[in-house]
Amino acid sequence: MAIIAWLRDPNPASRRQARLGQAYLGWLRLRRNPLAMAGLVIIGLLLVLAAFAPWLAPHDPIAQNLQNRLMPPGTPGHLLGTDDFGRDILTRILYGARITLSVIALVAVTAPLLGLIIGTVSGYFGGWVDGVLMRITDIFLAFPRLILALALVAVLGPGIENAVLAIALTAWPPYARVARAETLTVRNSDYIAAVRLQGAGSVRVIWGHIMPMCLPSVIIRVTLDMAGVILIAAGLGFLGLGAQPPLSEWGLMISAGRKYLFEQWWVATMPGLAIFIVSLGFNLLGDGLRDVLDPRSAGK
Amino acid sequence: MTASLPSSPWAGRLRGLGAALFSLAATLLGLLFVTFIIGRVVPIDPVLAIVGERATEAQIAATRTALGLDQPLWQQFLIFVGNALQGDLGTSIRTGEPVLQAVSRAFPATLELATLATIIGVLAGVPAGVLAATRPGSLADHIVRLVGLMGYSMPVFWLGLIGLLLFYGVLGWVGGPGRLDAAFDMMYEFEVTPVSGMILIDTALAGRWDMFVNAISHLILPAGLLGYVSMAYISRMTRSFMMNELGQEYITTARVKGMPEWRVIWVHAMRNVLVPLITVIALSYAYLLEGSVLTETIFAWPGLGSYITDALMVNDMPAVLGGTVVVGVAFVLLNLLSDLLYRLVDPRAR
Repeated sequence: MAIIAWLRDPNPASRRQARLGQAYLGWLRLRRNPLAMAGLVIIGLLLVLAAFAPWLAPHDPIAQNLQNRLMPPGTPGHLLGTDDFGRDILTRILYGARITLSVIALVAVTAPLLGLIIGTVSGYFGGWVDGVLMRITDIFLAFPRLILALALVAVLGPGIENAVLAIALTAWPPYARVARAETLTVRNSDYIAAVRLQGAGSVRVIWGHIMPMCLPSVIIRVTLDMAGVILIAAGLGFLGLGAQPPLSEWGLMISAGRKYLFEQWWVATMPGLAIFIVSLGFNLLGDGLRDVLDPRSAGK
Repeated sequence: MTASLPSSPWAGRLRGLGAALFSLAATLLGLLFVTFIIGRVVPIDPVLAIVGERATEAQIAATRTALGLDQPLWQQFLIFVGNALQGDLGTSIRTGEPVLQAVSRAFPATLELATLATIIGVLAGVPAGVLAATRPGSLADHIVRLVGLMGYSMPVFWLGLIGLLLFYGVLGWVGGPGRLDAAFDMMYEFEVTPVSGMILIDTALAGRWDMFVNAISHLILPAGLLGYVSMAYISRMTRSFMMNELGQEYITTARVKGMPEWRVIWVHAMRNVLVPLITVIALSYAYLLEGSVLTETIFAWPGLGSYITDALMVNDMPAVLGGTVVVGVAFVLLNLLSDLLYRLVDPRAR
């Protein structure tokens, strides 16, 4: 096909062609990694299921039906059984995917942005600005993440928005480190000097010319971190500090099923499987992406 | 790094130590500052929480003064730091007990769990990582990788529930939640002198082997699960460090000399793998202190994690923040320890 020949052209005519060509080669390498592809399929499936949850789900996620409570998996109409309020577990997991996805999306936008700003400012200005900002970063890195998130939610009050805020506030330091390292490598480049000679201010240089250079490494890091975000969000939900009933957040569903663990095992088991599969998907993809994009491991 | 003329090697080492201590002090101060700020923006009035709602205006004012809440914020912070340095982390609203006292009672339980889990993680993770590194691309390598990634992806509280269901509920192989069977709980209280607060050590010292065995049956499941999580991390890092070393020229030399392969791997390469691996193990130990928060809730383990989460449920902020400070300090100290060990093992870092 013409487009593939264009992508594989060893003498790219433009910058864009070169970059897309590289991306294509990366994709070819990723495609050879079956585990990474499995991860991609899982995430793709999650997106589809979450998007079409209202059409796919056989029941209402919130409406209670006490006659049908605690039905085992395989009951006609309830593939994964029902919970203590007679709600279909499969339906609730499908709707829960939407909550998980929105938490991931919100954290994936806010935390890296905060980290990018702090890291680039720190690296660009250097000196005491760098010293102060990096010390703050170190302090946040010194806090165990889950515990800091717990303390923050305790202050802000339980709820899904506050859980997102707490996770984002604990997730930014690694991005700041990455962004600072990238900034240090480009800070003294000629193109930056050229932009500054044209009269661009610091904000413009950082926002328009340094941040884009940091994006690729930060994005890889984000993919790798998403599984951790899912687990922390589920942990907060499990402790009753994240999403509140009757929302069908997966961690919350596990904690509701805990009471029935020994007699009705499926109530706690099924949502946990969902968490496990999705975070495994992100881990598999992130792992493969790192192999593809990290030049140190590319030769192996 | 140092362009100065040959000075005594001790001078450089002291300088390094000074810098490390300064950064430690700054980090700890920052830790206290963050906790202080979190504690001050709480919507709960600490005075009302102590005196109750029926207190008179005068009582409220008196308590406010006693707590130093009428001072400007920066002075309050200084008082807070001063108290913390003297070991006063505040008083729990729920129990009226000093936080430090409760925390130091809970800490050994967490430490015992995390230590055993780390031992399991190292014993399983290092050989698995080496196996994967020596046969890259083999079935064994893929299995180690997949098992590791699964460990990364598992919600630890869910794994705990499944473990309880399977090994306690269905198979009956292990003891259930708690540190001992109910029958032993009282006996432990009266018959065993708490020396370390760690149940395995104390019962062994007292010669109560029946209790020791019972304690193991309760400890093995949570420690095994946390050990699996730490194994996932350790095996992965061991693999990548070992791969890196096996590509070096001194390995080729050793092989060409006809040295047996086990010696090449476990003696020559391992010596160099050990250096970064120590940092990894210390880090995973630190994460276990944190990871135990959810595990302890599941297994009714009376450790630091349970203390913090129980306090959270009743809005006992001094207890939550005190516990947070203690975990944070343990975290920082473990990092420092790994840094010092690193200097000790790697001659280049001296």
